[in-house]
Amino acid sequence: MSVQQVLFDAPGPKARRNIMIGNVVGAILIIGLIGYLVSALASQGQFAPERWAPFLEWDTWRFFLLEGLGYTLRAAAISVVTSILFGLIFGLGRLSHVAVIRWISSIVVEFFRAVPVLLMMIFFWLLFGSLDIVRPQDSPFIAVVLGLTLYNGSVIAELVRSGVHNLPKGQREAGLAIGMTRSQSLRAIEVPQALVAMLPALISQFVVILKDSALGFIITYSELLAYARRLGSGEGNMLQSLLVAALIFIVINFLLTSLATRLSGFLSFRTGGKTRKDKNEKVLAADPAGTGTGVGAA
Amino acid sequence: MEDYLSLLTEYDVLGAFWVNIQLTLWAGLWALLLGTLLALMRISPIASLQWLGAAYVNIFRNTPLTIILAFGFLALFGQLRFSLADDLNLSLFRIAILGLAVYHAAFVCEAIRSGVNTVPLGQAEAARAIGLSFLPSARLIILPQAFRGAIAPLGNVLIALIKNSTVAAAGSVAIETSTVMKEMIEFRSDVIYPIFFTFALGFVILVIPIGLLTTWLSRKLAVAR
Repeated sequence: MSVQQVLFDAPGPKARRNIMIGNVVGAILIIGLIGYLVSALASQGQFAPERWAPFLEWDTWRFFLLEGLGYTLRAAAISVVTSILFGLIFGLGRLSHVAVIRWISSIVVEFFRAVPVLLMMIFFWLLFGSLDIVRPQDSPFIAVVLGLTLYNGSVIAELVRSGVHNLPKGQREAGLAIGMTRSQSLRAIEVPQALVAMLPALISQFVVILKDSALGFIITYSELLAYARRLGSGEGNMLQSLLVAALIFIVINFLLTSLATRLSGFLSFRTGGKTRKDKNEKVLAADPAGTGTGVGAA
Repeated sequence: MEDYLSLLTEYDVLGAFWVNIQLTLWAGLWALLLGTLLALMRISPIASLQWLGAAYVNIFRNTPLTIILAFGFLALFGQLRFSLADDLNLSLFRIAILGLAVYHAAFVCEAIRSGVNTVPLGQAEAARAIGLSFLPSARLIILPQAFRGAIAPLGNVLIALIKNSTVAAAGSVAIETSTVMKEMIEFRSDVIYPIFFTFALGFVILVIPIGLLTTWLSRKLAVAR
C-alpha cells in the first residue's frame, strides 16, 4: 500500500489528533449508517426469528442452499475447464504465424468479448429448445456453460497472448538457437512460462465465471440464486435468502481473490514475465467484474 | 429474409438498445460519483474510512450482479415495498440503475486507485511541500492526474457496464435488449440466427468504438513523464 505514503507524511502530533477525530467521526458515521439500516429493517419486521430460523435447520441447507450451490459449482467447474481449452486454442491461434488463422482467431475472440454473456445464454437456450438435440431439461445447463466458455475463453485467449508478449526477450531466440521450430518453441518454452505468469489473472477470471453462472437464473437454470429465490418465496423471507446466497458467493470469491493476490506476489519471484495485472492492459480489466457481468456479469 | 425484416418492424429493436444505453449512462454517472468517493476514502489517512471503502469493494466485487439486481426487484421492491417513483416501470428502471451503479462503483474505485498509482511520489511530496493538506492535494494535484491515468480501466468498466445492462432483465426491466431478443426468438424461432446476430452486432457496434476511443484518449491525455 504505497498509496498511503504518497499522499501524506508520517503524521505529527497535530495531524495525529486530526486523524483521530476523523476516525471517530468516520466510525460514528459507519455505525450510524448500519444502525439506521438495522432499525429500518427491524421496523419492517425483517429480524423476526421466523425469517431467520430456516437457516438454522439442516434441511434448508441440504435441500436448498447446498443443492443450489452444487449446481452453481458444477456449471462453473465445467466452464473453467472448457474456457481454458478455448482460450489456449484461440490464444495460440492469435499467435500463429499463419495470417488466416490469426485473423479468424482475432475475429472470434473480439466478437465473443463484445457480446453480453446473457444474450449468448438466451440464444443457446432457445436454440436447443427449438432444435431438439438435447434433452429439454439439460438445455439451460448447456447454454450456461457455452455462454461462459465463449466469453471467458476469449478473455483467457487474450491472457495467453499478453502473457507470451510479456515474456522477457530472447526466449524464442533461445529456442530457435537450439534448433526448435517457431511452433515448438511456442509450445515448449513460451506458453508454459506465460501460463505460470498469468495464473493469478486466470484465478481472477474464475471469480468472473462463478459470478456469471448466476446469470443462469434468468434462463431457468436451477443454480444457487434460483434455489434461494424458491426458498425465499416458500418461507416468506426473500431478503434473508438472497442475503445468505450473496454471502456464500462473497466468501468463495473472496477466497479465490485472496489466493490470486498471494500467488501473484509469490510467482513474481518465480517467473521472468509479469504476474501482476497490467493496469493498462485492456484484457485484464475487461470484465472487472466481471459481469460478465465481469466487471463481472454479462 | 422478408420474414425477418417484417419482424424488425414489429419489434422496436432500436428502442430496446436505447433502454440499455439509458441504463448505462445513468448507472455510469452514479457509479463514477460513488466510485470516486470510495477511492478518496481508500487513499485517505483515516483508517475507519479506508476500512469502509475496502469492505465495500470486497463485498460488491465478489457478489454476482444477477443477485444484486434480483435483490433490488424481489427484496427491495417486492418485500420492502421500496420505490423510487410513482410509476411502476419507472421505479423498476431506477432500482435497476441503482443496482448497476452500486455494483460498478466498486470497479470504478479500483480503476481510479490504479490511476492514483500512476502518479509519481514526487507530486504528492511537492503538494505537501507547498502546504496543501490531504483534500486539497487530492483535489488539485493527485486526482486530476489519476483520472487521466485511469481512462483505459474506466473505459473497461464502461464497456462492462453496457454489456451488464442486459442483466437488468433480472430486475424486471422489461423492454431492454435481452428481453426483447428472447421474445422475438420465442415468437419466430425459424429466424433465430439473424435475430441473434442483429443483437450481437448491435453490441459489437456499441462496444468497439468505446474501446478504441478510450485507448486513444488514454494515450492522448497521458501525462508526459
